Amino acid sequence: MYKKLALIGAIMGLSATAAGAQDKLKVGVIATLSGPPAVLGQQLRNGFQLAIKNLGGKLGGREVEVVVEDDELKPDVAVNKAKALVDRTKVDFVVGPIFSNMLIAIMKPVTDAGVILISPNAGTSNFAGKECNPNFFVTSYQNDQNHEVMGKYAQDAAIKKVFLMAPNYQAGKDAIAGFKRYFKGEIADEVYVPLGQLDYSAELTKIAAASPDGIFVFLPGGMGVNFVKQFRQAGLADKIKFLSAFTVDESTLPAQKEAALGFFGGANWAPNLDNPQNKKFVADYEKEYNAVPATYAFQAYDAALLIDGALKLTKGNTSDKDALRAALMKANFTSLRGPFKFNINHYPIQDFYQVKVAQRADGKFETQIDKKVFAGYSDPYAKDCPMK
Amino acid sequence: MSTGLVVVQILNGLQFGVLLFLIAAGLTLVFGVMDFINLAHGVQYMLGAYLAVAFYTLTGNFLIALVLALAVALVFGLLLEFLVFRHLYDRDHLEQVIATFGIIIFLNQAVKTIWGAAPLTLPIPEFFSGSIALMPGLLYPVWRLVIIASGLAIGLLLYILVGHTRVGMLVRAGATNARMVSALGVDIHRLFMIVFGFGTMLAAFAGAMIAPILSVEPGMGDTVLILAFVVIVIGGIGSMRGAFLAALLIGLVDTLGRSFAIDILRLVMPPSPARTVGPAIASMLIYVLMALVLYFRPAGLFPARGR
Repeated sequence: MYKKLALIGAIMGLSATAAGAQDKLKVGVIATLSGPPAVLGQQLRNGFQLAIKNLGGKLGGREVEVVVEDDELKPDVAVNKAKALVDRTKVDFVVGPIFSNMLIAIMKPVTDAGVILISPNAGTSNFAGKECNPNFFVTSYQNDQNHEVMGKYAQDAAIKKVFLMAPNYQAGKDAIAGFKRYFKGEIADEVYVPLGQLDYSAELTKIAAASPDGIFVFLPGGMGVNFVKQFRQAGLADKIKFLSAFTVDESTLPAQKEAALGFFGGANWAPNLDNPQNKKFVADYEKEYNAVPATYAFQAYDAALLIDGALKLTKGNTSDKDALRAALMKANFTSLRGPFKFNINHYPIQDFYQVKVAQRADGKFETQIDKKVFAGYSDPYAKDCPMK
Repeated sequence: MSTGLVVVQILNGLQFGVLLFLIAAGLTLVFGVMDFINLAHGVQYMLGAYLAVAFYTLTGNFLIALVLALAVALVFGLLLEFLVFRHLYDRDHLEQVIATFGIIIFLNQAVKTIWGAAPLTLPIPEFFSGSIALMPGLLYPVWRLVIIASGLAIGLLLYILVGHTRVGMLVRAGATNARMVSALGVDIHRLFMIVFGFGTMLAAFAGAMIAPILSVEPGMGDTVLILAFVVIVIGGIGSMRGAFLAALLIGLVDTLGRSFAIDILRLVMPPSPARTVGPAIASMLIYVLMALVLYFRPAGLFPARGR
């Protein structure tokens, strides 16, 4: 008897939710929120939530419920959390992750279920090329591009001899390859260090012995903090031009401080990018979270704006996936970076800059736009994408 | 490659070795004397670094910050001993590993909650902020020399404390046969508490000293912990002398491997595969070394006497 009642109740509950499908939009956020890289995941989450707050708690006129999950930087955990978001929470969108290997893990479970996946950071080459996916959109960049910016800059600035260094894993090798795509000068040496290396004395000695004109490094997170401090302490910073990607940004600068002053990076944005929407974003973010936003935060903010703009076009409807995809593709929002549109592979076509670390009047450190290196730049993999 | 470069790299290796010894000393002391596997040694090292940063921000003086950090780390270590470790001395190693692993998770999270996930920094004390030219174009920060000196001083201090004092004698006796020492009227639990407190302070000291050249971040103790275990396994568990020599050996092998693996491989294979294989071999070297030592000398290179 009770069972029957419960069943009837369940059916009534089901029909109630079906009727109220327009009620609340559900968005799942997956990011790395534990371990040493947690600060990146926090920037992502904060940026996304700030956008929703500024949009009055709504996306495309619909109330939003955001469910945040930590992928713990473990592919199996990421897959489980992604499946739970899709199957149990029944989200309409998944926004995330930070790391490329997490993206590869959650791609299939999310997009196969017909849910839209928006990456506010990771942008691997496979999903930009042959394996491009109609349900997958990127608000950041293709991973190679920031390295290419530095390679192009080094080539244009006629830096003669460059020393390259990156961690010994796929992303590190991609970084070096991306740099070399545009830099045709002399390579003094190419060094791969173990992920998570602490002490760089041996490498610094090598660099000093090779006496290059510039150095290009890709040392994300704590590795970058260690290296930048030790590079400065070894007295090399005054003689060798420091070019980098993901090594000096607002997530690491609170620890690098003066040691990183004047160092260069490649990026699609910087906190001082001069447009009204960005000025407001940076001010709001600093007020809310007491930290200078990095690219992770702005790209997540843009991801929320992207959803908002698309839902405005579909009048809040998420069930017609073709219409939803077409609306997303129009990129109906004003990006914090200014000009923004999607390529056929759903990766952005955008400008890239050389950025430089500087200290602001209030004592905080940030990267600042130094020079535009690419305008309306798209990634080289898009030509392999079968989507039209 | 010039002789000068090789000499500098050997110096770098020794420097890294002393740094490792600084971290491993407390671990081998606790492990050797109390037969207690303290995985939490790494987070205690992290805590030392964070406390030093916190007190430096408050006082603006490195020395005061160091002393305060050590004091607080000691109090916290004794608290942990009282709450957790004390109940584990008689248990088997697996339970110790699980309990201390729990402390790692707890403290990493606690540090993140208190200080945030973003990496922090500690400037080099003004007095030691200079540098000397080691070779043309390369400066060697004086602070690294201070770290080496303090590592050697800690080694000497432990040598005297453990080998030539009454407490040291009890510690050694307790390590060999705790029950017998207890039967002779020595309060073995108090002895263990002293050793543990000292081990905690060593870890915190290492963390505070190394903070100016490394990034202070949650989880910074975890990588270091593995290296510290490699050191004490190669050196012989519980042996101070072994830990010191093994740390230097690992420092040298790791640094020289990273510096010259590619150049050496180039002699026997074409440059392109050498570039791929070199770094892979270099990062394996210390673990290969550990495997070899364990195969030929299972008790380590310099096993503690009486064990």
